[in-house]
Amino acid sequence: MSTQTGPDSIELLTFRIAEQEYALDILSVREIRGWTHATPLPHAPHYMKGVINLRGTVLPVMDLSARLGLPKREQNARNVIIVVKLEETMTGLLVDAVSDIVALSPEDMQPPPELSSDIAEAVVSALTLIDERMIRVLDLASTINVLEGVAA
Amino acid sequence: MTTDPMAEIRASFFIECEELLEALQDGLQMMDEGEDDPETINIVFRAVHSIKGGAGAFGLEALVRFAHRYETVLDEVRAGRLLVDPDALKVFFQAADHLSDLVRISRDEAPLPEEETVHLLEALDAFLGDTPSEEEAAEEDIDFQPMGLALDLDLNGEDVSEDSDAFPSLDDLPPPPDFNTENDGASETYTIVFTPKAELFETGNEPSLLLRNLGDLGEAQVVCDASELPDLADLTPELPHLSWTINLATEADEGEIRSIFEFVEGLCTLEIAAGNGPAHADQNHSDIPHNLPEITPPETLGPPPESRSAPVPAPQSAPASLAGEQQTEETTPAERAPVKDKSAKPAAAPAAKSVVRVDLDRIERLVNLVGELVINQAMLSQSLEQSGISPHSDAMSGLEEFQRLTRDIQDSVMMIRAQPVKSLFQRMSRIVREASAAVGKDVRLQTFGEATEVDKTVIERLADPLTHMIRNAVDHGLESRDDRIAAGKEPQGRVNLTAAHRSGRVVIEIADDGAGINRPKVLQIAIDKGLIAPDANLSDSEIDNLLFLPGFSTASVVSDLSGRGVGMDVVRTAIQALGGRITITSEPEKGTTFSISLPLTLAVLDGMVVEVAGETLVLPLNLVVETLTLENEGVKMLRPGHNVIEVRSGFVPLFDLGHALGYREPVTDFEGSVALLIAQEDESRAALVIDNIQDQRQVVIKGLDDSFHRAPGIAAATILGDGQIALILDPSDIIANAGPMPRTSPAYSSEGLSA
Repeated sequence: MSTQTGPDSIELLTFRIAEQEYALDILSVREIRGWTHATPLPHAPHYMKGVINLRGTVLPVMDLSARLGLPKREQNARNVIIVVKLEETMTGLLVDAVSDIVALSPEDMQPPPELSSDIAEAVVSALTLIDERMIRVLDLASTINVLEGVAA
Repeated sequence: MTTDPMAEIRASFFIECEELLEALQDGLQMMDEGEDDPETINIVFRAVHSIKGGAGAFGLEALVRFAHRYETVLDEVRAGRLLVDPDALKVFFQAADHLSDLVRISRDEAPLPEEETVHLLEALDAFLGDTPSEEEAAEEDIDFQPMGLALDLDLNGEDVSEDSDAFPSLDDLPPPPDFNTENDGASETYTIVFTPKAELFETGNEPSLLLRNLGDLGEAQVVCDASELPDLADLTPELPHLSWTINLATEADEGEIRSIFEFVEGLCTLEIAAGNGPAHADQNHSDIPHNLPEITPPETLGPPPESRSAPVPAPQSAPASLAGEQQTEETTPAERAPVKDKSAKPAAAPAAKSVVRVDLDRIERLVNLVGELVINQAMLSQSLEQSGISPHSDAMSGLEEFQRLTRDIQDSVMMIRAQPVKSLFQRMSRIVREASAAVGKDVRLQTFGEATEVDKTVIERLADPLTHMIRNAVDHGLESRDDRIAAGKEPQGRVNLTAAHRSGRVVIEIADDGAGINRPKVLQIAIDKGLIAPDANLSDSEIDNLLFLPGFSTASVVSDLSGRGVGMDVVRTAIQALGGRITITSEPEKGTTFSISLPLTLAVLDGMVVEVAGETLVLPLNLVVETLTLENEGVKMLRPGHNVIEVRSGFVPLFDLGHALGYREPVTDFEGSVALLIAQEDESRAALVIDNIQDQRQVVIKGLDDSFHRAPGIAAATILGDGQIALILDPSDIIANAGPMPRTSPAYSSEGLSA
């Protein structure tokens, strides 16, 4: 777990979904919450878990594994919701577990190889290696913005 | 904004303008209703004048120029030289409308409507006839308007700017005998005793300027009382030692005089006594004693110019001994209070209510916090109940008290957001004026219940639908003048706009006294447009409701005004979006009334909490007409997947809420299920199958913002006592989206119309 900090370093929050490791820029993360029952939204896309009460505001929660096309798994108590803020919108992302906070320099990040226009590929903006494990860095805007496309 | 203090002042000027424009409208309305007492005219004058003053300070020339001309005409009215007839009022109203346009344009820095300005200026000039002196004044006025000091005073009522250059010439004022000859009844004499307190100097106010302003109001005789003046050795220059008695003959009223002292309120002792009427005035003047010694004030205080020459009048209403008066005033403030109250009364009208301007965001925050408090309280009581505490324990009774308080706080907070519908109604009176002018009808709008308070958001969102309906009433509702005379009605059409609170809702009615809905014609149009079957047999109210159908327009000629393809259906949609209902009643030859019923607030909702497929949902209680327990034999299949139930000799479509929301497969066994009979906006009914009813309670509405996946049928969300979110449903939307509606017999209701 490298924690060296440089002037250009980017801090990432890493988390696990279905035994894979993903990461998000920590600056967009507002908080991390334990799993609570989400009220399902009728006719919502399958990856929308529903809405939860975040201290009096209604927070939509996205099941990130469903969003990334990963196999469906049972909920367990270790599941957490990462609350992210993109522009002015708050969204919750349901993940299996949060792992670590790492600082990386831009050189450590490689662009993902051009593969198919797969839904999971489109949201991964970079790949990086930490302790021989591959971490997929997610592009938050394209992860969340599917929502708007569907809603509009 | 915060970095530029000028922008802030400017912004507050425009906010102030809105208040002034409202006062102006009010005043004109009162004049229109036949009230022509000087105070009303004064209110109107003052409003225009203050706008002009402020505009001058900000260099808004167009606004100043127009306001000045307007003010000049109003001044003529005030002086009794111009009689207010209906024609004049019409121009005044137009001018007021234009003034508010100019204010808006100046604020947005939009291009000026030169043409209209010129047109209205001409109309205003017509009243002035040949009064070139006023013209001159206008030019002068604009020239020196942006005076440093004038700014402050301008923003708040009477100002100095009017004739500030008259200052040096005060010494040349005509001698007092003028009062007698010129006392034409409009002019009154006031005796003003003005004693500054120490704070007055500390706050940087200058008595001589105040006195000069007084001089601008009319002819002032100022006498300085230096009896309190200590010897030079003991003199503290920071403290005021002088007081002044001013005898003022003016056409202005007490309110205006008082407004001069507005900024030093509380910083001085002020007494204003009017010598009412010419009789008094005469007496005043006849016994003006010229025997009081002339007093030269000390240089430190900057002697007011007036004291140099003015003789001392001693009107009977003024205290015999100024020193004595001062003493009593300073020692017994309680005694002074009633005097002040009495004299303040006439001036009270424009500034009657004390208002705090609060940023809407802060209120929003408060509303949100209170919402959370309500939720929190519900959670607390739920967990206390579950903990098995005795209902008679202190904790439980404390909780009850807490609940009561929470509810009170919630009500009070909601009240902050409430606003009288007055501003909305005033906008409507403008719409009527413009609309009636456009179609050449003489229409009078009467408003009732202007003080009725509604949530601010509701008011804002009502403006468009109401405008549309008012235009409709003028254009389609009312007959032409000739038709009215032929029908034996008053040539002037009437539109009444009424607001009232009725059983927890606000009801707004728009009623015209026109010909009523031409039902055969409406029916024919609906048939022609293929909206209903040619052989449809509709009741009167069903025909009336055809107006709400999309794409319906009765005007045979599409006029400029209404009938632009935006029909009553848009109005109805807008009202429904506010959680309201709109109904229509019409009587041939008597007129048509549209009635809008709205919730008091958009922040809380009386809801029915129900359970469907394991999820908790909230339905607006006002839509639930009744609850039914279903039996299998009561449910009749219309075609597969579409069922109806029989409710009191009518068939009502039955929808499974759980299925409609995609929570489960359609229910097939209805035995024992609960159904809610829902009243839809078009008076039709539908039944929703649910699992059970949990509760009826007030819920705090949490908006689902636009970035959410917007599910049809979901209006908003709320947070329940256990902290879970429950969705608030829009049953009409669910029903409309639950596939094609089973057509039931039109005999039951106008059901078929909404499909």
